[in-house]
Amino acid sequence: MFGYYLDLALRSLRRNKALTALMVLAIALGIGASMTTLTVLHVLSGDPLPERSSTLYYPQVDPRDSAGHDSDKEPMEQVSWTDGMNLLQAKRADRQALMTGGTVAIQPTQSALDPFYEDARFATADFFPMFGVPFQYGHGWSAADDDSSARLVVISSKLNDKLFGGKDSTGQMLRLEGTALRIVGVLGDWRPNPHFYDLNVTNYAESEGVYMPLSTSQDLQLAHDGSVDCWGNGGAGPRPDHSATCVWLQFWVQLDSPAQAAVYKEFLVHYSQEQKALGRFQRPPNVRLRNLMGWLDYQMVVPGDVRLQVWLAFGFLLVCLVNTVGLMLAKFMRRAGELGVRRALGASRRALFAQLLVEAGVIGLSGGIGGLLLAFLGLWLVRQQPASYAALAHLDPGMLLTTFLLALGASLLAGLLPAWRACQITPALQLKSN
Amino acid sequence: MQIRPVLSALRKHRVATVLIAMEIALACAVLCNACFLIANRVQQIRIHSGVDERALAAIKLTGFDEKDGVDLNARVLSGLATIPGMRSVSVINAVPFGGSPNNAGITTDAAGKQFAGVVNFYTGGPGSFTALGLRLIAGRAPQDDDYQPVVHFVPDDALVWVSQSLAEHAWPGVDPIGKEFWVGRPHFRVAGVVANLARPSPGEGGPSTIEWSVFVPSQPGAHFAGTYLLRASPEELSRVLRDARAAIAKIAPDAVLETATSQSVASLRETFFQQDRTMAGILLGVIAAMLLVTALGIVGLASFWVQQRRRQIGIRRALGATRGDILGYFQTENFLIVTFGIVLGMLLAFALNLLLMTHYELPRLPLYYLPIGALILWGLGQLAVLGPALRAAAVPPVVATRSV
Repeated sequence: MFGYYLDLALRSLRRNKALTALMVLAIALGIGASMTTLTVLHVLSGDPLPERSSTLYYPQVDPRDSAGHDSDKEPMEQVSWTDGMNLLQAKRADRQALMTGGTVAIQPTQSALDPFYEDARFATADFFPMFGVPFQYGHGWSAADDDSSARLVVISSKLNDKLFGGKDSTGQMLRLEGTALRIVGVLGDWRPNPHFYDLNVTNYAESEGVYMPLSTSQDLQLAHDGSVDCWGNGGAGPRPDHSATCVWLQFWVQLDSPAQAAVYKEFLVHYSQEQKALGRFQRPPNVRLRNLMGWLDYQMVVPGDVRLQVWLAFGFLLVCLVNTVGLMLAKFMRRAGELGVRRALGASRRALFAQLLVEAGVIGLSGGIGGLLLAFLGLWLVRQQPASYAALAHLDPGMLLTTFLLALGASLLAGLLPAWRACQITPALQLKSN
Repeated sequence: MQIRPVLSALRKHRVATVLIAMEIALACAVLCNACFLIANRVQQIRIHSGVDERALAAIKLTGFDEKDGVDLNARVLSGLATIPGMRSVSVINAVPFGGSPNNAGITTDAAGKQFAGVVNFYTGGPGSFTALGLRLIAGRAPQDDDYQPVVHFVPDDALVWVSQSLAEHAWPGVDPIGKEFWVGRPHFRVAGVVANLARPSPGEGGPSTIEWSVFVPSQPGAHFAGTYLLRASPEELSRVLRDARAAIAKIAPDAVLETATSQSVASLRETFFQQDRTMAGILLGVIAAMLLVTALGIVGLASFWVQQRRRQIGIRRALGATRGDILGYFQTENFLIVTFGIVLGMLLAFALNLLLMTHYELPRLPLYYLPIGALILWGLGQLAVLGPALRAAAVPPVVATRSV
């Protein structure tokens, strides 16, 4: 029966090409716009580390003095050197890493390349195992290397391609800011989106090219790059002082179960109380322990414009659908005579309904294909934009499937009312009037 | 034209009528709100920076040692001043639209209890106040001994010039001259008010805080070096900037020129608002596509009705109705349906606006958008129905005598 209905649908659609084209165009435009914006939203609000995000937490404490206490309810968004080091050394989590960003000048020795700047991440040893960073060659460093401020680096595969033509460079020396550091590892392909562990860079930044122990970066007095938030007499400079009342480091922990998270939060409160007793903190304990996705939500990393575009596109899709409902109604009602004949020959209402829905489905599928082409065009246009996330706007298989399901679902929904109305005709009346 | 027969005919086509009215209503809601969003973006793009944008450019150097800052300032100031056409070179920390703001929360009492918002501090070396072209509306201009050395990110105790918008926010209704404020320990006293002065990244703290800026006359030094303000006549600015960027390579071979920020203020502004312009473009595109789809929908349904009523039209024509009568009938019908839609659409537009207001920093939809939206949709409806209605008017009276 389905094949027959399909044949009927195609014949009917061919009979009135302009009306068919109009319906397909309306669905295609609506679907194209919705899918373009939805894909951008999907890419931007995605989970940067799907397997690990539920066990990663971002502890926040409030080390400020009591000035302006009433005006800010949230604790600070980063940690100071003292707190970061205290929390790191307490080792109360399964894994923990303290980190910050920087920019280093690299002086290539082995090629004719000019010196260039590269983004760097100064971190402690757990950075790699905690975030599940893949290695192409070599490995990260150990806690002992952190303690001894070992002169070593890990580089990204992109930097490795640039400097060593993609060959295993572990054991070679890398000169940066006038110091030679031994390369111990080369990362595999790694670009978490958003750049969750330090949102001060820009939300959708590329991963850094150079990674080195935080202690080494401090020994070499490398310049800090990122946000510095001070209170009291905290100073500013290219490299915040370790004793300064400024926050400029990010601290992440891995807690494998919710129970451990609850215990860790307790620990943060105790820590704040202890620091207050010591006179370092002045406010009552105010801590947060958000997990990775909670942190991204709180930081509102998805640009407001992107959400607005999704709203708009779906409003537009609704207009297109209502339009299609109207056109289908006109189309089905025009065929009252033909449907009357089928009814008179014994077809049940259900059969007519099925036939008309097949026709609606065919329109939906064609609209879906058109919409997909428009979405490709739309995403291409998005990629031409200057926004930092622009390059990420690509359609993945999941979204491809969603496109067709949305188009099909929308057109079937649009076909329901017209098909039902068309089935209500009285066969006798239709036969007589013709 | 009598409305009663049109209405009773519409009652026979209730579903289709409701559908078109709904489509118009949705289109009206989206149209009004999208236009409002565009107007908001355009307003943001057009903000007053308060400086002579067409005559100013910035040069930003990084990568030099902090201890070389004093020497670098001296070399750059004297080196760039010799470029023909250069009116002035001065040290500054940032320019409007150039990013890198120097934000800090201020309090209007020494104890730090009366929080007055997060404001941006522009530190400017000698000559920068005049070079920026700030318009003084109260107080006096900075004098030579007002320029204090920078201790942390600003001088510790200094006279400052605030924008009118900040003055009205921090000291509403009183004369701001002589008023004091604090950032923790550092203390400032207002010596003058300028008409406008936008932040380096206007809009980051919300639309009402765009001009919350303070100008602090500061002595260039180790903590205050690397960014320079160039002034030239608007016609010569692009050449002067090109020459200056070329000269930097010789004047300061140890420093790196940040190309993205070493631009004229006009082009920094252009880049800064690119995203907003794109968004306005997308909104315009959506509006155009939606109006097109709506119009095509009306054409489709009206054509169907014309075809369905060929016989009746023929009878009316045979009974003496003119072509104009038939044309008028379809136009009236369309006008009525669109009017239903618009009435519903105005309510929807307000509902959508309320929804958007809860998610975005948007003001309430001004009432005058509604009549404008209504006029556009009425026009669109009449235009769309014109084709089918003309076809209806062309139906010859003889159709009445044929039994289809």
